[in-house]
Amino acid sequence: MPLNQSANLVPNLFDAATIKQAGTRDGYGQGLVELGKQDPRVVVLCADLTESTRSNLFQKAFPDRFIEIGVAEQNLITVGAGLAAAGKIPYMASYAAFAPGRCWEQIRTTFGYNDLHGVVAGAHAGVSVGPDGATHQAVEDIATMRTIAGCTVLAPCDAVRAQQATMATITVGHLCYIRFGRDKYPVFTTPTTPFQIGKAEVFYEGSDVTVVACGPLVYQALLAAKQLEGTISVEVIDSTTIKPLDEATIVTSAKKTGAVVTAEEASIIGGLGGAVAETLSRQYPVPMEYIGLHDIYGESGQADELLGKFQMKAVDIVAAIKRLLQRQ
Amino acid sequence: MNHRLTDLKALRLKAMDIRQDIMTSLAAAKSGHSAGPLGMADIFTALFFNVAKIDPTNPSWPERDRIVLSNGHICPVLYATMAQAGFFPKEELMTLRQLGTRLQGHPHRSALPGLETTSGPLGSGTSQSAGMALAFKMDGTSQRVWCLTSDGEQQEGNTWEGVMFAAAKQLDNLTVIMDRNYIQIDGTTETIMPLDPLADKYRAFNWHVIEIDGHNMEAIIDALEEAKSMHHRPTLILANVVPGKGVSYMENNYIWHGAPPGIGDVPGAPSKADQLPVALADLAKMRQQIETDHMT
Repeated sequence: MPLNQSANLVPNLFDAATIKQAGTRDGYGQGLVELGKQDPRVVVLCADLTESTRSNLFQKAFPDRFIEIGVAEQNLITVGAGLAAAGKIPYMASYAAFAPGRCWEQIRTTFGYNDLHGVVAGAHAGVSVGPDGATHQAVEDIATMRTIAGCTVLAPCDAVRAQQATMATITVGHLCYIRFGRDKYPVFTTPTTPFQIGKAEVFYEGSDVTVVACGPLVYQALLAAKQLEGTISVEVIDSTTIKPLDEATIVTSAKKTGAVVTAEEASIIGGLGGAVAETLSRQYPVPMEYIGLHDIYGESGQADELLGKFQMKAVDIVAAIKRLLQRQ
Repeated sequence: MNHRLTDLKALRLKAMDIRQDIMTSLAAAKSGHSAGPLGMADIFTALFFNVAKIDPTNPSWPERDRIVLSNGHICPVLYATMAQAGFFPKEELMTLRQLGTRLQGHPHRSALPGLETTSGPLGSGTSQSAGMALAFKMDGTSQRVWCLTSDGEQQEGNTWEGVMFAAAKQLDNLTVIMDRNYIQIDGTTETIMPLDPLADKYRAFNWHVIEIDGHNMEAIIDALEEAKSMHHRPTLILANVVPGKGVSYMENNYIWHGAPPGIGDVPGAPSKADQLPVALADLAKMRQQIETDHMT
């Protein structure tokens, strides 16, 4: 059985009729409430998107520690930096197109270079934002945040992992960026699925090709692996942490399979694909294929239609795997 | 807190020590900003040596007031003031902008104990100061936040986001002191992107505004004390300041906004080799005038 049993994924993993669906942003909101109970230093800031970033869950539980900023993303970050300098741990949410999109320099200077601990939460990342269109579909955020020295970058694959990742950021001690999608996605991990920042997890074991994925596309990669079972043996790795990348797990897998596909709902330029390629080119170069946005903007449409148009679904991962293996 | 000075003459003379250090450290660095630091020496002196609750021997003291420099490029005045107050040895001023220095070209908080923020990119100091002030309000503690800002950075949108926020949150523990010297890199503020009437703008945002002569030590201290007594509103001290104050050839000349003494041909300035000596001689004359003022 290629499913990694120690990953403790849900038993109905491939049962589309019964698998629960939830937004990764729901995991953020639930994680914030737990953090609020644990640590009185936690404060939550939001820039007029309190409900849709799920910051409202914390606002309801801890109204005195919730700060409404209004439509001002540069202020979201810089007020947060002041709070952090005075001993608070700020969680600052907007849509990823606006934070980090509108306030990258403030994040770099007042948190990154300023050595302060704060968490920027970018909701509505990727094209599965849907009908709002490309202005609201951040696909550059992984690349821009990854280049900030010392910044941890996370893209959790489902709501449970989003909560785990959110809660793990409390101990990081420096700038973190965590991205969420808008749509509901299958919830296939469980609270006992191992999670640690900086550690990738093998969810599906295989020997012919590796798929390294992050965010909601991890599930698409699992569907692809299942579909190819018996013909091509696919290893699926969840790399919720894009930085610092778990180089050991990825290189070990590349040595076993000799071929790697990356999958992300983001630009392949500077994203997870770029990060994996940087690592493999130094340590163990293998042929690669990239699922993601290829130097193009998103557009309006239903989430599922857009994932199809931009070739990010399981069927597209299957095709990428076959292309890659034909090259060998 | 034995760095504290209480009489006007001592404070005015301390500002002259700081101006001298600004000139010598910039000349050694061979780059950096002159006019802004010279202009703000009196205000920095009043804050660090009289009004702000700080302890240079214990820079991480949690109950300290926070002195935030928003326009990081005038850091030669911050460094010189901190050295004079005892945060670090004065000799270290001569390492300004050199490889391995704690005195980075623009301030880096974790490089030097006593710095409250990293700054340089303009327009984010007011918001960061507001965040600190809000944290103290949430905790019910009594620290005050003193934010030094420039007039040029009033052209940044982020500044006004912070101004709006501070008033909305009624941050009366926040005071912004603006270096209104009317110059910026490309020329005068009113020709590059007009800012006046700044006092009216801040009042419209529900701030308490005090306008002062930024070189009148008594007026500076009175304004800082008045800010402490405000309730429910943040205070702007709009300080009219002469850029390059004390050095004849630098005063009111925007060329010196971003240049140190010892650069090439500048119309109306001494020769390259004479720029530092003339600056120091001018400062000595100003110091003598202070001595004379206080003899009667």
